[in-house]
Amino acid sequence: MDDGCNALLHQLSIISTTIILMLASDIINNVLAAALRTGGEFAEIFVEDKRSCSAALDDGRVEEVRSGHDRGAGIRVVQGETTGFAHTADLSEPSLIEAAVTAAAIAKNSNTGATPVPVQSSSTPLPTVRSEIGILPSDVSKSSKVELLRTADDAARSTDGSIIQVSAHYNDTRRRILVANSEGLFVSDDQIRTMFSVSCVASGDTGLQTGRQTIGQTSGFEVFDTYDLASLSRRAARRAITKLTARPAPSGSMPVVVSAGSGGVLFHEACGHGLEADFVAKSASAFTGRLGEKVAADSVTLIDDGTMAKEWGHYAIDDEGKPAARNVLISDGMLTDYMWDRNRAHKNGRQSSGNGRRQDFRCLPMVRMTNTYVANGTIDPDDIIADTDYGIYIAQLGGGQVNTTNGDFVFGMTEAYMIENGRIAEPIREGNLIGNGPEVLMSIDALGNDFAMGSPGLCGKDGQGVPVGDGTPTLRVASLTIGGTTA
Amino acid sequence: MTRNNSLLDTVVEIVDCAKPGESIEAYAVKERETEIRAYENEVESLTSATVQGIGIRVVNKGRQGFSYAVSLDDGTLQNTLQEARDNCRFASVDEFAGVATPDGVEPVSLDLYRADLQTYTTEKKVELALELEKAALSADPRIKNIETADYYDTICSNAVATSSGVAAESQETNCFLVVQSLAEDKNDTQSGLGYSVARHPDDLSVLEAASDAAERATRLLGAKQLPSGRVSIVLDPHVAARFVGIIGATLNGESVLKGRSLFTDKLNTLIAAPLITLTDDATNPLAYSASPIDAEGLATRRIPLIVDGVLCSFLYDSYTARRAGMDGTGSAVRAGFMGMPSVGAHALQLLPGKRSQAEMIADITDGLLVQNVVGLHSGINLVSGDFSIGAQGIRIRNGALAEPVREVTIASTLQRLLLNVIEVGSDLKWLPMNAAGMSLAIDDVVMSGT
Repeated sequence: MDDGCNALLHQLSIISTTIILMLASDIINNVLAAALRTGGEFAEIFVEDKRSCSAALDDGRVEEVRSGHDRGAGIRVVQGETTGFAHTADLSEPSLIEAAVTAAAIAKNSNTGATPVPVQSSSTPLPTVRSEIGILPSDVSKSSKVELLRTADDAARSTDGSIIQVSAHYNDTRRRILVANSEGLFVSDDQIRTMFSVSCVASGDTGLQTGRQTIGQTSGFEVFDTYDLASLSRRAARRAITKLTARPAPSGSMPVVVSAGSGGVLFHEACGHGLEADFVAKSASAFTGRLGEKVAADSVTLIDDGTMAKEWGHYAIDDEGKPAARNVLISDGMLTDYMWDRNRAHKNGRQSSGNGRRQDFRCLPMVRMTNTYVANGTIDPDDIIADTDYGIYIAQLGGGQVNTTNGDFVFGMTEAYMIENGRIAEPIREGNLIGNGPEVLMSIDALGNDFAMGSPGLCGKDGQGVPVGDGTPTLRVASLTIGGTTA
Repeated sequence: MTRNNSLLDTVVEIVDCAKPGESIEAYAVKERETEIRAYENEVESLTSATVQGIGIRVVNKGRQGFSYAVSLDDGTLQNTLQEARDNCRFASVDEFAGVATPDGVEPVSLDLYRADLQTYTTEKKVELALELEKAALSADPRIKNIETADYYDTICSNAVATSSGVAAESQETNCFLVVQSLAEDKNDTQSGLGYSVARHPDDLSVLEAASDAAERATRLLGAKQLPSGRVSIVLDPHVAARFVGIIGATLNGESVLKGRSLFTDKLNTLIAAPLITLTDDATNPLAYSASPIDAEGLATRRIPLIVDGVLCSFLYDSYTARRAGMDGTGSAVRAGFMGMPSVGAHALQLLPGKRSQAEMIADITDGLLVQNVVGLHSGINLVSGDFSIGAQGIRIRNGALAEPVREVTIASTLQRLLLNVIEVGSDLKWLPMNAAGMSLAIDDVVMSGT
């Protein structure tokens, strides 16, 4: 590399150090040294600066315009099996040192402490999410953001007279993070996410019904060039209206077809959480000890991929500084790997898979999913429905939840229909479906050729929420239990 | 510059900046927390930190704006106030928008703070977490692993002031133990959760949490799916507390005003079985979520919501009370300093019945004791009332507990569930949530299985 290029890189990193809230490398080195002074083996500082802007319309009024700034640092010290953690909203050096000393209190009277590898501020910066962003939301006026809400409200209300209430929500966040550790790592990311949701209430003879649509991308305001908010809002309204004529859902077990893009929640719950190495290590997963075994139907290839630009679970580096990666978890039905964070990987003598995430600087990182999806199949989705005599067709899924220990999981259906004689028939009221993850994976008997990513999600684990994405083609599960009220 | 002012001084100084025609509300919180997780007789993680932040709401000519920050220095506070003022410009005019005004109700004095938690050593807290794991493991030979064994405490102060004269603060200490035990038997693994909740670590019971978790995990071993059918259910206290929390959420005065309540036009009518009396009372010091003030700084009070099955009141914050033309109920809540106040229940409690869970079960010929539920967020619609959740529990046959059950759903509507309650248990227990638990028997619910 010639000098000119070096100089340019150096300049770039200086720009990123000033823009990306970075602390000076000498402060970081002092903090990490303080963190290891009592004998810790590994120390890390995670700095976060998060600005967000949101606006909410309800009942025809823009009720809430909200913005704010959250900022702070979390410092952890690892010795053996023990992690000490402290955080502070004060980024001054004395306060950071105090937090480091607090975190270091778990490591005591040991002479085995590591010597930190000094971090260098001139190391080549990695690409950040920021480099993929078109229009920074902070460059867009608040009145333009509020205008989106009105567009959604007008479109939803004009769909039909039965729509009696509409709420719409806009949110953008810019999350700048810096991760430095005692192994000399010193990296940062600049993550921008923009989302919009609209919820409608329809009123009819049978009571009230709701419909909801959400869009979101790890991108800037250009997301609204991709999506038409008026048609999104009409779709939410139509969901609510459709359900006014819905009959109670059946009970019992039957085949279930899930539309493209909707089935991600099913996999997220049926096996995603169970493939997180922390659950696996504590024998709290139904997939513990099953690497290399057949765990799903042959057609199923499941991938967790944090590198998918624009997707909701995308980032350049995870919250431990590891670059996002594409990790194949299930390949043609065979369990190939779990997902890993730094601590779990370290204990197993391997590398993290780039899945160490945290809600914010107040939290310890843990193993989390990013964008989890099932690779495309080969069957025409219409044929999957035509081939189903009797069952349920789910057009939109709600959230889900899993008991990782035994693999039982539920997910909600927020727009669903009966399938009768190979045709989609009348709508049914919403509710949950329940199944067992390992069993359901084996009983996926059709995968469509119409892969699509789903709606943005917020995944909760141990009290921490992180943005995640998912995707699937249309798929059929041979048997799931429907939580309805009729026989 | 960092100041040593009290939180109340800080929020009062901000609201004193109000210009003519402008109302300001400031909410500040400062919290010291410790969280310790034990695993395999060592500390897996120890978190210790101070959390602070401020949220400022400005209302100007019926337009409302909000902003928040984590720093309480003068410069940040002024910037945050400016940002909230700026945000007002983009909101719609709402004649009822505004901050709370003093309503003459004095906050009751509650004993929620144990000063010596400040000096309680980390070593003793670590000891509790390690003891918890040990006790959980030895509670039953079938308990083979402990997924998590946590000690948690918080010393929390918050203050609210408004330019209309509200100035209130409260201080609480809370701590709890929570353990998730894993029972193993042949090819089956089941988990069970146990809690102990107190204001001070010395009042926590390691044994209570450990034995609860062991019982709940082991009694599910060998659980199987059942055929579908109509049954009576008994919600155990952990599940009933969450169910009561959901009922509280349906009694939100804002939903009524905005046409998304199940119970619009139902005031003073029978909406539940006559044996149901439900109150929201944050002034009950036994409640985990007790507090003398609400999130707008008004005094909390005892609110009878359902009395003998009759709907008596909805919950209101100052905005919804003004708009509905009702008296406020001191029911403002917020999700931390980053959120605006909204309407919610603080500490819900059903009037307990006279009999134990075992006595209640003895009267049921065909039923399910529901011990765990999943999918409350995806299977319950607070607008339509549709109710369908995943459940695990124990079959009830001829008045006695029989085989364990998993992978079933229970479904009904919220409206029907309330009317079909046949008994409330005497086994009241406060959990770390906004409602008390106690056993609850409900008739005619559809269980869906094979």
